[in-house]
Amino acid sequence: MTAAAAPRPDPRTRRNTELGLLILAVLLALGAYALVGLGKEERVPPGVVGYGVLLAGGYLLAHMVVRRFAPHADPLFLPTAGLLAGLGFAVVYRLDPDRAAAQASWLIFGLGLFIVTLIAIRDHRQLDAYTYTIGLLGVLLLLLPLAPGIGTEIRGARVWVKLGSLQFQPAEIAKVLIVVFAASYLSARRQLLAVATRRLGPIALPEPRHLGPILVAWGVSLAVLFFEKDLGSSLLFFGLVVVMLWVATARGAYLALGGLLFAAGALFAYRSFDHVQDRVAVWLGALDPQFIQDEGFQIAQSLFAMATGGIAGVGLGLGRPQDIPDAPTDFVFAAIGEELGLLGTMAVLMLFVILIARGIRTALARSDDFGRLLAVGLTTILALQTFVIVGGVTRLIPLTGVTLPFVSYGGSSLVANFVLLALLVRVSSVTSQEGR
Amino acid sequence: MERQIRILATGFLILFGLLGLNVNYIQVIAARDLANNPANKRLLIQEYDVQRGQILAADGRTVIATSEETTGALKYLRRYPGGRLYAHLSGYYSFVFGRSALEQSYNDELSGRAPEVALQTFVDEVLGRDRRGASLVLTIDPQLQQTAAAGLGDRPGAVAAINPQTGEVLALVSNPSFDPNVLSSHEGKSIRKAWNRLNADPDKPLLSAASEDFFPPGSTFKIVVAAAALENGITPDTTFPNPPELDLPQTTRTLENFGGDHCLGGASEVSLAQALQVSCNVVFAEVGLELGAEKLAEQARAFGFSGDIPFDKDLRFQEGNFPPAESFAQDLPGVAFSAIGQKDVRTNVLHLALIGGAIGNGGVMMQPKVVREVRDPTGRIVRRLQPQAFGEPLSPENAGALTQMMQAVVDSGTGTAAQISGISVAGKTGTAQNPGGDPHAWFVAFAPAEQPTVAVAVVVLNGGDLGSEATGGAVAAPIARTVMEEALIST
Repeated sequence: MTAAAAPRPDPRTRRNTELGLLILAVLLALGAYALVGLGKEERVPPGVVGYGVLLAGGYLLAHMVVRRFAPHADPLFLPTAGLLAGLGFAVVYRLDPDRAAAQASWLIFGLGLFIVTLIAIRDHRQLDAYTYTIGLLGVLLLLLPLAPGIGTEIRGARVWVKLGSLQFQPAEIAKVLIVVFAASYLSARRQLLAVATRRLGPIALPEPRHLGPILVAWGVSLAVLFFEKDLGSSLLFFGLVVVMLWVATARGAYLALGGLLFAAGALFAYRSFDHVQDRVAVWLGALDPQFIQDEGFQIAQSLFAMATGGIAGVGLGLGRPQDIPDAPTDFVFAAIGEELGLLGTMAVLMLFVILIARGIRTALARSDDFGRLLAVGLTTILALQTFVIVGGVTRLIPLTGVTLPFVSYGGSSLVANFVLLALLVRVSSVTSQEGR
Repeated sequence: MERQIRILATGFLILFGLLGLNVNYIQVIAARDLANNPANKRLLIQEYDVQRGQILAADGRTVIATSEETTGALKYLRRYPGGRLYAHLSGYYSFVFGRSALEQSYNDELSGRAPEVALQTFVDEVLGRDRRGASLVLTIDPQLQQTAAAGLGDRPGAVAAINPQTGEVLALVSNPSFDPNVLSSHEGKSIRKAWNRLNADPDKPLLSAASEDFFPPGSTFKIVVAAAALENGITPDTTFPNPPELDLPQTTRTLENFGGDHCLGGASEVSLAQALQVSCNVVFAEVGLELGAEKLAEQARAFGFSGDIPFDKDLRFQEGNFPPAESFAQDLPGVAFSAIGQKDVRTNVLHLALIGGAIGNGGVMMQPKVVREVRDPTGRIVRRLQPQAFGEPLSPENAGALTQMMQAVVDSGTGTAAQISGISVAGKTGTAQNPGGDPHAWFVAFAPAEQPTVAVAVVVLNGGDLGSEATGGAVAAPIARTVMEEALIST
């Protein structure tokens, strides 16, 4: 924070790199938006100037805040996420112009929370003081849709909360809080949890009483699956806890146990829920004539869209990605695949790889356990969520409905991911002197 | 902890590597198969954005198929102003059941994908216009097509008229037919309903009786047997014994003449020419037995039976059938019945018209063609019909001899109903026993006999309105005559 107070920006902070990349991201996003208009209606969309000013202004403000409050932050986080969000907006506008205004508002609101987070949390270690408050809040939010009166069931999954006219998915915010909690809890207890008293072959077994955290996580994720029927959140949540436990303790036993518990949970879910069985059946036979027009329609349309796009895509605004049910939310990746082709999908994957790589780098650069685990957790949730949804729409794994971070339509997801981004930026910005 | 983070990073890299590989598989390796899945409507909608080329009759004015712009998701609607009349030629263009006939075999041209129209398509693309396909001008004479259809009326059957010198198909009519407009509409429900109804119909309206199905040809097949006889040293004047009925070898069965008559008032000997003139079954069975299955099959094959006669550009064509010689090894009665066009011998009017045409054309049989010109969207002719010979099933001398024998059929034999004043007509009648019902009435003819410009074959299935007393001469020959008259006027 010494650099921020200096009269001239320290060239080593690479803030100008960030600014340059941000300008590039804004230009690309505006270009995509203009192309959608040209492709669909053969004219540049009338809102391009207003949207350009809004986007450039929002990103510039965020950049100024980073420059002032997190001067040593990694310069790739904000532009990479900004490009994904800008591309996502263009695609949402292309798929459903009526939702574009809402998405733009959420994008601005997300940037606002990004700014607030960076200003409010000057040092991530501030969060370490509220371990249980944050943890409890996270679990409460995760289970909030079960609360009678406010929880709403939409298409079989009870993942929404409705407060007046405001409707959101608390699991999106919950996942960030749970990462903070887990990082805080585990950094305090990693030695204890790593104590091995017995060995099973090459695996050192932790003490049975230290199995509490993993069993609690298992229970909560099963509850999410059982009562909310939210396969995606359940999977993400459990995967996150197992990965963090393993990284914190260096005990492979947690991975093995996590795998066993996952297998048991999956088998249990498969046995007890028709909808889980359907998911698997559809995954295996999406293109079979018996499914292709019904249960498998969505995934089949997703594959057709991407296949029709081929290498170069059919062009923004020129395809039929709107034929895929839920294209703006869960299936936005397939919509990109149709209109921007393999070049577009690989570019999106590369952008996520950049975010993940920078997240890992941030974790490795930290020396405090909390910061390290926080960066690992945030990166893991980003990586797992991206993998789960992209793998789902490309039929690599059975489909579980989660959003593609920064890209999908949806306020809760966009806002939560900008908060996640702000925390990564925050952790990455502590100078090496401070960190060690 | 650092080691775990590095392993984790490797793990993420593997996961994203899998995603990348899978995306490459979907968008590159399997892209073609996936995109062409019938449940993918995208390519279909793209296809319907093309203003498909017209299909026109030989006059260049009569529209057989055209595309009209609509406001629906599928932009262009295919219309067939001729309805049932040209249905088996044009085929249908259905987004549920695909394409058939010319719509299918000339799809590249009609949809503007053929190399000859690539330049024009490119110009359209640059100018931002909808892609336009090439149009087809057929060899079908609309007058003749009308005349042939009117001749058949409501009766099930088929008519084919060709130019024997070029193989151009001048008329091709099949009853019952179907309305391609219904199958080519943009309403899936009514398409499916019509499709189910058409497929359940025992009269098979979707199948062209003229060229895609076949039937026992009866005595019209005697021209093939006569050709075999002439090619193997028998002359028109060679005589054969004329018993009232033929005792068949290997069986107690006998072979009778039509209606149980004794040919030529019971003359003891009958020549080959006389036998053809009065369509004498007994004598033709004797000829068949004398030649043997080998030679009959050989001659049939030379005429394209059980072979592959190319029909324009991959149009569906069911050639006639003559069983292989080996199948008659233990079946001499089968040879006798095959020689009078019964048993397993089959043909249709298009094939029969080609055979008649070959006899009239000095022994050269032409390949049938229906597309005279392909024109690009500006009207420029980019491809023109090239006549192609199928083969030479008989020598010019024998063709001439057989022509004279067939002239006698029309002048003073069973085919007098096909006479046209001032013009020599050569023909042959047929009345084929049909195990499923009343006989099929056949007639094949060409005119002018000396140098024919038209060859016609007609079949009225199940005897038409004369019931079991139908004969090819009474039912089919008059239709052939009107068609030939019309054809001779217009040329």
